[in-house]
Amino acid sequence: MAQLTSALPASGLRARPGLLARIDLPRRVVFAAASSMILIVALLMVFITWQGIQLFIADHVPVGQILAPTWQPDATNGPTSFGILPFIAGTVFVTGVALLISTPLSVGLALFLSEVAPRWARAIVQPALEIFVGIPSVVWGWLGITILVPFLADTFHKKIAISLPVVGQVFSMPGFLTGFSWLAGSLVLSIMILPTITSVSYDAFRAVPQELRTGSLALGTTRWQTIRHLLIPSALSGVLTAVVLGMTRAAGEALAVQMVIGNSPSMPAAITQPVTTLTSQITLDMGNTVFGEPWQDALWTMSLVLLIISITSVVLVRALNKRRMGS
Amino acid sequence: MTATTGRVAGGPLGPKPSLRRKTSRGSLLADRAATVVLWGTGVFVLALLGAIIVHFAAAAWGVVSPSFVLSDPSDTGLGGIGPLLWNSIYMLALTMLIAIPVGILGGIYMSEYAGENPITSAIRFAEESISSVPSIVVGLFGLILFVDNFKWGFTVLGGALALTLFNLPLMTRLSEQALRAVPQEERTASLALGATKWQTIRHVVLPLAIPGLITGVILTAGRVFGEAAVLLFTAGLGTPPHYDFTNFKTFSLTDTNTAWWHSSPWSPLRPGTTLSVYIYKLQSEGLGVYVNQIVDGCAAILISMVLIFNLGARLLGRILTRRLTAA
Amino acid sequence: MPATAIYSEPVLRRVEVTAPRVEVARPSAAEATATETGEIKIATEHVSISYGERVAVRDVSLNVQARSILALIGPSGSGKSTFLRCFNRMNDLIPGASVQGEVRLDGENVMDPDVSVVELRRRVGMVFQRPNPFPMSIYENVAYGPRRRGQNDKRKLDELVETSLKRAALWDEVKDDLRRKSGLALSGGQQQRLCIARVLATDPEVILMDEPASALDPVSTLRIEELMRELREAYTIVIVTHNMQQAARVSDVTAFFTMAEDRAGYLVEVGPTGRIFTRPNERLTEDYISGRFG
Repeated sequence: MAQLTSALPASGLRARPGLLARIDLPRRVVFAAASSMILIVALLMVFITWQGIQLFIADHVPVGQILAPTWQPDATNGPTSFGILPFIAGTVFVTGVALLISTPLSVGLALFLSEVAPRWARAIVQPALEIFVGIPSVVWGWLGITILVPFLADTFHKKIAISLPVVGQVFSMPGFLTGFSWLAGSLVLSIMILPTITSVSYDAFRAVPQELRTGSLALGTTRWQTIRHLLIPSALSGVLTAVVLGMTRAAGEALAVQMVIGNSPSMPAAITQPVTTLTSQITLDMGNTVFGEPWQDALWTMSLVLLIISITSVVLVRALNKRRMGS
Repeated sequence: MTATTGRVAGGPLGPKPSLRRKTSRGSLLADRAATVVLWGTGVFVLALLGAIIVHFAAAAWGVVSPSFVLSDPSDTGLGGIGPLLWNSIYMLALTMLIAIPVGILGGIYMSEYAGENPITSAIRFAEESISSVPSIVVGLFGLILFVDNFKWGFTVLGGALALTLFNLPLMTRLSEQALRAVPQEERTASLALGATKWQTIRHVVLPLAIPGLITGVILTAGRVFGEAAVLLFTAGLGTPPHYDFTNFKTFSLTDTNTAWWHSSPWSPLRPGTTLSVYIYKLQSEGLGVYVNQIVDGCAAILISMVLIFNLGARLLGRILTRRLTAA
Repeated sequence: MPATAIYSEPVLRRVEVTAPRVEVARPSAAEATATETGEIKIATEHVSISYGERVAVRDVSLNVQARSILALIGPSGSGKSTFLRCFNRMNDLIPGASVQGEVRLDGENVMDPDVSVVELRRRVGMVFQRPNPFPMSIYENVAYGPRRRGQNDKRKLDELVETSLKRAALWDEVKDDLRRKSGLALSGGQQQRLCIARVLATDPEVILMDEPASALDPVSTLRIEELMRELREAYTIVIVTHNMQQAARVSDVTAFFTMAEDRAGYLVEVGPTGRIFTRPNERLTEDYISGRFG
């Protein structure tokens, strides 16, 4: 990697690098800046993992106990049980319903932007989405508390039942008592992850070559047929990536969810009832517990679970991307 | 070639269908319906954003005033949010002071130096991992590292460092994109004139990437400004005292009594509740007659900052690009 | 302003002089059919196409005989591809494009506002310059069009896929892994034949080909040309080509386009391929052909 500099005498082309050039300071500095992220992740993983396993090594709680459905962390109230299953289930269910609501909406919006919208419409909707990304989660939570929760409580406070045999049995559930509920959490999350899923699937749709669209339209298909049978299958792994990223964001969101979800540490029973999630419980309890006590150690274990979820999703997204590059 | 004569179906001499619209198959109808639905998603997002902005404009009416923005919080009256806004701005400045140089330098490495090797992919993996780790977990990492291990307690500096960790991947990625957008010919031309790689980056690539870099900085700043979950357990969530801006006693190596540091608004080693954290605190405590008005006021200020950050990034980027290309 | 040449020779096939320097091979049976019926498949009248302010094609009128091959030749920018795309209204997809005049398919003006472009494109298929197979199996590529028309009968689809691939002279090469192999895994020439098969499966009457062989190697090009001559017995084909030997080899009628000073493309002359290549009426045609051909 010899480099010529104008300071060299004209006698030869061979570079005689000085000390500075040999060290190549700029390269080292920028490398240090970039690789600092490796250090950060490594430290974060080590610290969170170490704290997360204290529940088992310092407090001697059997590992299996965390999968129990009972959360009774307070030793002053009798025998403790550190079952975090309600929180995991809450996270999974609240996130799941949020994805069910958000995915069709977001993918539809991505299709609107990439296939349907004229330039002027795109020029309005895209900046609007960027503003959505910027709205802080506490503001979403506050909107949930002041608008969504009262709305749910006022409108659906009666028992919700579908008047069909068998199906009605399954789908009948108590009404919203206070409005703070699983559904409220999912609705708030579905709006919060909308920009993520939209922008990633938009990119996936744009990556489909234009010739394929013309090829399909030239065969006498309608635009919707082209979208439904050509674009969506072609961009599927990109759309899946978008959904995984949206899921990761939803599972990790703390404050907005905690504000509207009702925080009831029991297994989720109905979409109209209060539930809780990993992030909500950590947010609520971390400030009320003492460092080193089993209760707080259980919260660290929960944050380790969150870390595992997010790293798994990174690996999953990578695998999806690799598959896309491969095909 | 008689084997291949004869048409696949029908035939050129068979009955010729009319070209007029034939909606019998329903595919045209489905196409119409899909178009309407896809337009609906775009309209929905715009309407939602419009409603949010109108809602907060109405809610802030009569609450947000110069005195609300500048004065201290009050236990009895409406009071103000002055110190919290100051903390938000101070926190933002401190965070960006670290995140901008490290992020841009990291971006330079990823765009100009990084080859296809295991270290680069490790950096990418780290970048993606931090981006997907929940903000609450990053906050907990800050809690162990800065608050507990370094024994700083809740500080603005700890909060700013945690925010830096969290936003470094975003800043790095946006910088990398801005630098990659500079055409390769510019680099080639500079190298052909005998400039070293670093001279080329410093005098050719960086100036050309400035519009993109500034957009990246503003977008990152917008996210930092609204973040709350990272700060909950690193910068604290108490109501700040009255700040005396003439007190510059921020740090002393000789005086071990740290109490007086805490009263200086310029000190990075004091707790600093920001606006977003304050929203979370107020709504969870729910005490006082004016809670709703104050939170609405804070949310309105946060939303306007988001709008200003976004529009600012767009406008500044456009102006700089025009000036750069015109020069 | 050069006068617009309108093709007016009543009989297409009576080529007195078979092009001497070019080998022109034509199946004689089809020749007779086309000559005897003289049925006009497509007629354009005073077609002008513009993109915003810029006129891309000006005032073109010509007829296309059923079951014949019309080649559109001319320099780049002479608007021949743009003109081709008004036959199946692909220009509709380009924002700002507008078409004046009439394009009649079997007497029906395809420009009428109540014409269904979907129906039109099913009857007027198109093959593009770069092969564009869909990222799915060979079978699904061919079945794509019929499926969208509501054909879900598995046996009929199998049959249709087989016939279409046979007609596109691809069947023998792909029959063993129809469903396993992706259309993208084929060679360039095979991909283009797959695209032709895909069009054939939708049962068109006219096939438009926009430089179908320009991205292919010579051997694949020959196969495509052979295929076109076979297809000509049942379909009306309009091909845009830069390669004049190709036009001479495969087409029955050739139309020569060029550009006016304002860069608008126009039709110089159209006539039986043999005559255009040996005794063109217009000086411009002769210059173009001899410049690249002599």
